[in-house]
Amino acid sequence: MSETITRPASSIRRAVCALILLAPFPLTSSAQLRVEITGVGSQQFPISIANFARNGQAAPAEIDSIIRADLSRSGLFRIIDAGSPAIAENATVNLAEWKGRGADALVVGSIARLADGRFDVRYRLLDTVKQAQLDGLSYVSTAADLRLTAHRIADRIYEKITGERGVFATRIAYVVQTSPKSWELHIADADGFNPQAALRSREPIISPAWSPDGTRLAYVSFESGKPVVYVHSVTTGERRAGANFRGSNSAPAWSPDGRSLAVTLTREGNSQIFLMNADGSNVRRLTTSTGIDTEPAFSVDGGSIYFTSDRGGGPQIYRMPVSGGSAQRVTFNGDYNISARVSPDGKQLAYIGRRGGRLQVYVLDIAGGQEVLVTDTASDESPSFAPNGRLLLYATEVNGRGILASASTDGRVRTRLSGPSGDIREPTWGPFIK
Amino acid sequence: MTTTQLSRSALLATAFMFALAGCSSVNLDEQKPAPIVDAAPVTATKTDSDPRAVAPVDAQAGRGLDPLNDPNNPLSKRSVFFDFDSFVVKSEYQPIVQTHGSYLGTNKQRRVVVEGHTDERGGREYNLALGQKRAEAVKQRLMLLGVVDSQVETVSFGEEKPRGSGSSEDAWAQNRRADLNYR
Repeated sequence: MSETITRPASSIRRAVCALILLAPFPLTSSAQLRVEITGVGSQQFPISIANFARNGQAAPAEIDSIIRADLSRSGLFRIIDAGSPAIAENATVNLAEWKGRGADALVVGSIARLADGRFDVRYRLLDTVKQAQLDGLSYVSTAADLRLTAHRIADRIYEKITGERGVFATRIAYVVQTSPKSWELHIADADGFNPQAALRSREPIISPAWSPDGTRLAYVSFESGKPVVYVHSVTTGERRAGANFRGSNSAPAWSPDGRSLAVTLTREGNSQIFLMNADGSNVRRLTTSTGIDTEPAFSVDGGSIYFTSDRGGGPQIYRMPVSGGSAQRVTFNGDYNISARVSPDGKQLAYIGRRGGRLQVYVLDIAGGQEVLVTDTASDESPSFAPNGRLLLYATEVNGRGILASASTDGRVRTRLSGPSGDIREPTWGPFIK
Repeated sequence: MTTTQLSRSALLATAFMFALAGCSSVNLDEQKPAPIVDAAPVTATKTDSDPRAVAPVDAQAGRGLDPLNDPNNPLSKRSVFFDFDSFVVKSEYQPIVQTHGSYLGTNKQRRVVVEGHTDERGGREYNLALGQKRAEAVKQRLMLLGVVDSQVETVSFGEEKPRGSGSSEDAWAQNRRADLNYR
């Protein structure tokens, strides 16, 4: 009898969750991004995340919901509904019963408010097949850090089950144009929530790039009436012009050691790639073509630079030694391939290719030369790899409005992140947090 | 008192009277027989100047109306438009470049920023480089007309500052341009 009562309740709850997840234009005026998932991964791990037991005053963040959303978005997990009862980490659970429900793993936990106002978050990850604990941990965090704690728990679950590091506690940066004369550089959690404006300007901002340690952003700002590369310390807000030469200064890319920036300068005519120290000193020219050379991206070992060049006619991606010198063409399909980014393992290249008028994200296996189309949209821009290499973040357009989306590098799972207002573009996925 | 002084004061007095006469309306016939006008200092007749008179101003002297701010001056046309994916300054825009080239050639103290723009199609950074190519194409033409390198800075806004909004061919055509902005 109790089953017939809980079942409708849980299906309503599912329906409500689906509404929140799928609504492309949320009615709330919240400045946060919403997540919409399309496509299904082929081999998803079934997992159940029970509601966390709440001891005392309600917590300002739904730890359990955040963990579920993170794992879903990765495309590698299928969330098995755990129903409404909360299960604390110290409760006795019948794992065979959960296995019977189809969950190969179960997450239980609790959240309690401490006397000093902070929260004690505890969780356990249980293997229902081996009937064993895979992980168990407790975190003490402030109310403001509870989302981060939830992402960290999701990262641990992801790593215990897939063997790879999770990216849920990392951050993304992107640009949002809120009105015809207003641009903001945002930093948000990897799920798009918790956005903070690092810079507001009445002139365009493009091409943000994270320093390898995640403490600084280099970007192009037009605030002085022309494109100038700035280096901006995220925590202090301190910023200075990194490249401000005669002409245009753009396309900053950090070397893997964080000591150098590759930039595109036009101080000697057309757009050419230069290398400089991150403090702006020791500027030397790397390319010497008569056309366009831009969008540098360092290889993982820092020994070479991938870049966009129109030396062969249309734009294609080339590779050259970091010291400059002769370049080899890397892309051969289509007549327009731009905006290359190297995967964290160095084996793949993501870029935007134009085929039949559609601009889409492609992933190239560098050694083998096979190219895979990973998106189903038509105006994609700015692909960047998650630090574990599993997902790509990119900008695209829906109904003439810029949104962010992510896709698994095999193209099987796609997630859409769309904000409540403004035109979102120029996303870049930050590094792992130490 | 010498005769010279006498005659000078007599002349001045006559001129003064004449000047007073000039203020009132008189018949041309009555004015005609006043031969003394040639001897009188020209300054004395200044009050009689035509109110519609045009005061000529030397542009080189740096005074008066700047030709750049004169909407009737050909220099007020400061945009060159381009075909899709092209950096060629079309013949219909060459007179505009010519006008600015000769102005900058004779006004070496003037500085201009040529700003390249593209339509929205394609990547933002690549479009920034394409806009730069358009600005450079205009600069090369200016330099052929005698403008020196230090007078012209070329920058690009890529697709970031569209003049026409929307995604029509009409809007795109307005956005594929190079603007000359004097500093």
